[in-house]
Amino acid sequence: MAHAYTPGLKVMPCTMFRKKRLLPIPGTVLAKEGQQVEALDLVAKTELPGKVFSVNIANRLAVAPEEVKGFMLKGDGDPVKKGEIIAENKPFFKWFKTTVESPVEGTIETVSDVTGQVLLREPPKVLPIKAYVKGTVVEVTPDFGVTLEAEGTFIQGIFGIGGETNGEIVIAVGSPDEDLGPESIKDNYRGKIVVGGRHASLSTIKRAVELGVHAIVVGGIHDRDLRQLLGYDIGVAVTGTEQIGLTVIVTEGFGSIPMAEYTFKLLSSRNGERASVSGATQIRAGVMRPEIIIPGFPKNVTECKKDQGRGWIEPGDPIRIIREPHFGVIGTVKSLPSELTVIGSESHARVLEVQLGGGEVIVVPRANIEVLEK
Amino acid sequence: MSKKDLEVIIATDCGSTTTKAVLIEKKGDTYRQTFRGEAPTTVEAPFEDVTKGVLNSITEVEELSGRKLLDGEKIITPNSGNTGADIYVSTSSAGGGLQMMVAGAVKAMTGESAQRCALGAGAIVMDVLASNDGRADHEKIERIRQLRPDMMLLSGGTDGGSVTHVVELAQFLKAADPKPRLGASYKLPVIYAGNSMAQDKIKEILGDRTALIITENLRPTLERENLMPARHKIHDIFLEHVMQQAPGYPRLMKMVGAPIMPTPAAVGTMTEKFAKANNFNVLAVDIGGATTDVFSVFSEVFNRTVSANLGMSYSISNVMAEAGLANILRWLPFDIEEQDLRNRLKNKMIRPTTIPQTVEDLQIEHAVSREALRLAFEQHKALAVGLKGVQQERSISDAFDQTSSGQSLINVMKLDYVIGSGGILAHSPRRTQSMMMMIDAYQPEGITRMAVDSIFMMPHLGVLAQISEKAALDVFYHDCLVRMGTCLAPKGLAKDGQVILDWEVTGSDGKKENGQLRFGEIVHVPFDAPKARLVAKPAKGFDMGSGPGNKVEADIEGGVVGLVLDGRGRPFNLAKEAGKRRDNLNKWYKAMGMYPV
Repeated sequence: MAHAYTPGLKVMPCTMFRKKRLLPIPGTVLAKEGQQVEALDLVAKTELPGKVFSVNIANRLAVAPEEVKGFMLKGDGDPVKKGEIIAENKPFFKWFKTTVESPVEGTIETVSDVTGQVLLREPPKVLPIKAYVKGTVVEVTPDFGVTLEAEGTFIQGIFGIGGETNGEIVIAVGSPDEDLGPESIKDNYRGKIVVGGRHASLSTIKRAVELGVHAIVVGGIHDRDLRQLLGYDIGVAVTGTEQIGLTVIVTEGFGSIPMAEYTFKLLSSRNGERASVSGATQIRAGVMRPEIIIPGFPKNVTECKKDQGRGWIEPGDPIRIIREPHFGVIGTVKSLPSELTVIGSESHARVLEVQLGGGEVIVVPRANIEVLEK
Repeated sequence: MSKKDLEVIIATDCGSTTTKAVLIEKKGDTYRQTFRGEAPTTVEAPFEDVTKGVLNSITEVEELSGRKLLDGEKIITPNSGNTGADIYVSTSSAGGGLQMMVAGAVKAMTGESAQRCALGAGAIVMDVLASNDGRADHEKIERIRQLRPDMMLLSGGTDGGSVTHVVELAQFLKAADPKPRLGASYKLPVIYAGNSMAQDKIKEILGDRTALIITENLRPTLERENLMPARHKIHDIFLEHVMQQAPGYPRLMKMVGAPIMPTPAAVGTMTEKFAKANNFNVLAVDIGGATTDVFSVFSEVFNRTVSANLGMSYSISNVMAEAGLANILRWLPFDIEEQDLRNRLKNKMIRPTTIPQTVEDLQIEHAVSREALRLAFEQHKALAVGLKGVQQERSISDAFDQTSSGQSLINVMKLDYVIGSGGILAHSPRRTQSMMMMIDAYQPEGITRMAVDSIFMMPHLGVLAQISEKAALDVFYHDCLVRMGTCLAPKGLAKDGQVILDWEVTGSDGKKENGQLRFGEIVHVPFDAPKARLVAKPAKGFDMGSGPGNKVEADIEGGVVGLVLDGRGRPFNLAKEAGKRRDNLNKWYKAMGMYPV
């Protein structure tokens, strides 16, 4: 049977998956193999070296760099307080005395007799790593962290901003093609993951930030609103570190696009339950998509499957069109002709026939569809 | 094996997404590319072994050619009858290519020299640190710590000059304690190519914290750059450290018959060989999904820049951010809402493999491509310059020509040949589209030949040129370059409709074409003779390369597009009024037969 390789976004009622929770530099692992952890439990922590500041002692005391060590009151490795005197000259008359104070609290890193500079390092900062999802520790990577195994509902978005967060799911609209307006964000949504339908505007997102909503999950947003929200244009899709007060996950794309009905129904079936979400997106090298993870089974599901995406499509598969002129339209694969076809732009491309809801059949390049994985 | 024995060559280029193999065979006295195959690159999970993709792509060549090249997972050498190849060579840009950070004492002097050195070696330069780069010391240290380069190039000071700045940079580097991108277990390689008087001090500071390699100063005097020793060290470390950490590369290194080259370094080598063989000034560009590489050879000086975030898919939104929406909109012959255009470009960014299905969508991508090419060219011109800081002797006759040191080497009037590659240029539905995108982006002046590398074979040929320059150039002329033709663009300005050029072209087959060019119009003359003689007589005030109003005779090329007579003047500016601008665009696109009506 004809089929074609097409990656899609995962929308799975229940699946078993693994998550690596690793420190960027070596530290201490706090969880043990076999241990059950909750989303907010710490599994590892480390100390990030503090920032380094320089002070040019030679210039400040008007001495040669090689003489600086003779004027230092502190040496390599000594702790210093902010404002503490670290070097001074020794004039014959004391009112000609010049002192140099430490601009930060920390330790003396080095004193250079070539540049006449002192480098000071601020105290280290603790970097904790949380479990992020409820699960079991199945592997410990010594000094770096753990691998967790968990099962639950797993939904990928196409684009997100903001990092990992956690909260109770609340469905704020009646259908997937309803806009998530500012009035849909209720006063009691603080700390929640708010699921909308077609579109969230800038005013909706701002109201959600004001009310302390943890995350918004919606079909589409306008790029213009995103620019206003961030204050800059996102040039390359590497996100997750934005600090705008909440996490936003877009399930379909940029514009006003109804959320796929299947995704909306699945999220609705988990209304009121706690979820872990992350807006981190990376499109190049090691693709990462934003995600919503809800531990446990939906009521109508009895068994959790291992995550084994099929990776190809066949006639009868549900798909979404992801480029103009039919952007956002959902249909099913009717056929997969093998020969190259000349499309409207005059390019020769491999295409497929898509049957739309009303029975109409359209031809679309295979590159412009995405399989709806279930 | 001696070079003259080479008869069958298999070459691969391991790109981020696709590994491409080509088979080159000697037919009589000439080398020709005969078959090619491709397969997904297998650097990332679940395979994590680059050789799998290499073997798959070679298997496809085997199937198409009927030549048995593989014995299990080994390439059969030498060739015998219909079995094996004489040599296997490869380039690689998989896994993000070679990522470097460079440092120099003064940004415009050793900083720029270090940048040119790393770029010429095929690296992506993540940042250039300098004592006077405008950042506070703690910001520099923070930046070194955040970036995780594959290696670092430290330069600074001329030989015997001040050591203070370069020692300061070394101390910052030590304080930041940077980690290499791949493999947390090995020390970051640092190449020191600065003031030779500071070598001992640098060893003392960085010797135990980094894998320090000391080489000759890349800027021994202000008047001289000496980039090759440091470039060779970069290649050595690329092979010894970086490649060893990448999945499957130790095996790949055993398979090849010549050192693996970073893909851009191989393209650079091929550009240089082509320029030298023909005595041309050449501009070559490779516009990809994420980055745009620009190579130039002007007056025998080679330069390369990479614009890391200018590309047609992953980086398409960054082109919009850097060029501004208005600059993209100016190339569209129809009206479109700003919000619609913004959303379309962002949707391409998040789904980078989609393709334009409609002519309108294609025109939007072509508009973005012009801006990406233009911006990358601007960045290239800024780095492809003469040495800055050089003392100049001036006589009284120079008093009215106060040029400073560090002028750009790029002169579009003296540009002989433009070679485009990358999907948007190589696979446009009509070749006229590719040629016009390059003309609009680069605005060549006078006489400029143009071609595309339709299957991106320059990497394979660049690495092959290390072994056999003849084989590389034979295939380059016969199978790699698709000659598009020649652009004739008189420099000057006039009123619309005024005659600015009388021209006549005689092909090697005796075919003649002639006519007049008026200001404000584009004339397209299909002309496919590979060689032709042009006689062009520009009007008063217009220059075709011999000075305003002077007649020019020159050898040119026809091709799949032919001759493009660009009468829009130089400098070329689009009309400010939207209606007039769109009318002009429609007129020019129609003259070129660029899009279906």
